[in-house]
Amino acid sequence: MDTFVRLPVDRGGPAQPLLLASGLRKHFPIPGGLLGRATKVVHAVDDLTLSVAKGETLGVVGESGCGKSTVARLLVRLIRPDRGSVVLDGDPVDEPHGITVNELRRQVQMVFQDSYASLNPRLTIVETIAFAPKAHGLPAAEAKARARDLLAKVGLEPATFAERYPHELSGGQRQRVNIARALALRPRLVILDEAVSALDKSVEAQVLNMLIDLKDELALTYVFISHDLNVVQYLSDRVMVMYLGKIVEIGRVDAIYGDPQHPYTRALLSARPSMDPRRRTREAPIQGDPPNPIDPPSGCRFRTRCPFAEEVCARVEPPLADVGRQAVACHMRARGSGHSRASR
Amino acid sequence: MAIQSPSLDMTAGAAVAATPASAAHGYWQSVRRRLRRDPVTVGCAALLFVIVAAAVAAPWLGLADPYKTSMLYRLKPVGTPRFLLGTDELGRDMLARLVYGGRLSLFMGVTPVVCALAVGATLGIAAGFLGGRVNMLIMRLMDVFYAFPSVLLAISLSGALGAGAENTLLALTLVFIPPICRVSESVTTQVRGFDFVDAAKASGAGTLTIVRVHVLGNVLGPILVYATSLISVAIILAAGLSFLGLGVKPPEPEWGLMLNTLRQAIYVNPLLAALPGVMIFVTSICFNLMSDGLRAAMDVKA
Repeated sequence: MDTFVRLPVDRGGPAQPLLLASGLRKHFPIPGGLLGRATKVVHAVDDLTLSVAKGETLGVVGESGCGKSTVARLLVRLIRPDRGSVVLDGDPVDEPHGITVNELRRQVQMVFQDSYASLNPRLTIVETIAFAPKAHGLPAAEAKARARDLLAKVGLEPATFAERYPHELSGGQRQRVNIARALALRPRLVILDEAVSALDKSVEAQVLNMLIDLKDELALTYVFISHDLNVVQYLSDRVMVMYLGKIVEIGRVDAIYGDPQHPYTRALLSARPSMDPRRRTREAPIQGDPPNPIDPPSGCRFRTRCPFAEEVCARVEPPLADVGRQAVACHMRARGSGHSRASR
Repeated sequence: MAIQSPSLDMTAGAAVAATPASAAHGYWQSVRRRLRRDPVTVGCAALLFVIVAAAVAAPWLGLADPYKTSMLYRLKPVGTPRFLLGTDELGRDMLARLVYGGRLSLFMGVTPVVCALAVGATLGIAAGFLGGRVNMLIMRLMDVFYAFPSVLLAISLSGALGAGAENTLLALTLVFIPPICRVSESVTTQVRGFDFVDAAKASGAGTLTIVRVHVLGNVLGPILVYATSLISVAIILAAGLSFLGLGVKPPEPEWGLMLNTLRQAIYVNPLLAALPGVMIFVTSICFNLMSDGLRAAMDVKA
């Protein structure tokens, strides 16, 4: 009805961030111990603060298990944060004077990685896309018409695909359907959680270009989560690097890729395969697996794998501080931190 | 009772590239196609159809009166003229009693499963979808019933409630609620973990809408298959209760009760005494094989 037909309006103007998350924390309890009481917790996301500007693409990179997907699910409230707040264009979410979670979900949508598991195998493509508008009160016929429009927008001929079932589509086609489904509520922000990671390279490129076109056409803002550094570089305006539930570095894409400050960012970037055989990477830039998030290291969480770790790194947690064109959480870049490489 | 939910194998299809030449065809159509290619399932279904149809149409089949006794024709062997399947210890026509007996036996087999399905599936889907404390409360309650072996529970409930068909039905319904609830819960929990349920939640739809559109269609198949397999157990349990004198009372024709009254005749005419048992066996094994076939046919691998 009106809540649905009304297009989301820009309220705070271009300078106000579309999404502002501050102090987000999510610890997952591990059931065990007596009577299933949780004795341990997984520190999935710890005191994470980020803002997404209107019309930008924020890339999120990091190893598997660093909390990227948890951030995505926190931002659409699929899971409830233990602490912290989310503000959408000036309106706090789920607070007395703010907007409801449902209103947040109308404006913030998500695309999942597994294109097959994220489509109901019993529904046709058009039913899947029309589900959300119908649930928000749009008459069935209009919802279906909108679903067909969206199919055309994501490059799938409605006459051919509307009545098919997910198992009759290829991976790339299914992901296009997932994108259409996310757009069905006319959101302002779309969170793409490894949305192209499972696709063939050629299909991936097509879907990426389609995402760029859709962004311009529908005035969207993206949070693009991926472990593929090249794709993030291609698509993003700003990049956020995560390690064990924390931001280690965040800044404009050219700054992060051209002049990485954090040793973890550098290691990630140098782990990319080189296109030049004379400059091939001979040694792994980073050893071992990330530490267990159940019991993260004290101080700086990267110190156990950092070649420059010193005593101060175990003692004090480095705050995220502006260094040049980006913000970095590293003692080496913080003036007077006590690290031997830091300026005094 | 590890039910391998057939319809949930979603990862298997992830690599499928080409689209079938035929235009949209529904899931149930493909199930039907696979069923047709399975002779055992088709045979069992046909046999069950005959048994059920005969039981339903018994009064119009021109059979002898199943209650009419005759001192002259007691325990006649199978193949006696006028009595195709012989007569029982009171000279009643066995064929008529077996066909009429199917009415009660099938009714006692199907009714408790249907009733238990309504209650158990609702509880199980609620427990599976809501999770957390609701799940804990419902499932621990079911565990209390689970602590007793089903036969023992049925016997003690019938014993406590007293003999009679209604009490047997009630007892059997109570016995079947926990297993159906448990299967429903596990299938629902599995479906709830798929991203499409998260996507539906993220679209802001209400819980009931999500359950109706996204959960029911994916869980009802496996639950119904499991319930079908319980019908045979229900028939056997109902027959067992009648055999023990806790179910249907004589002179009602019912397979379990017939087995009981004919057991003295086992030395005189063993084939005759076995006939009700054969009916119970054939019917229940048909239900079992049919549910197996259904499960296989509903196993979608894109």
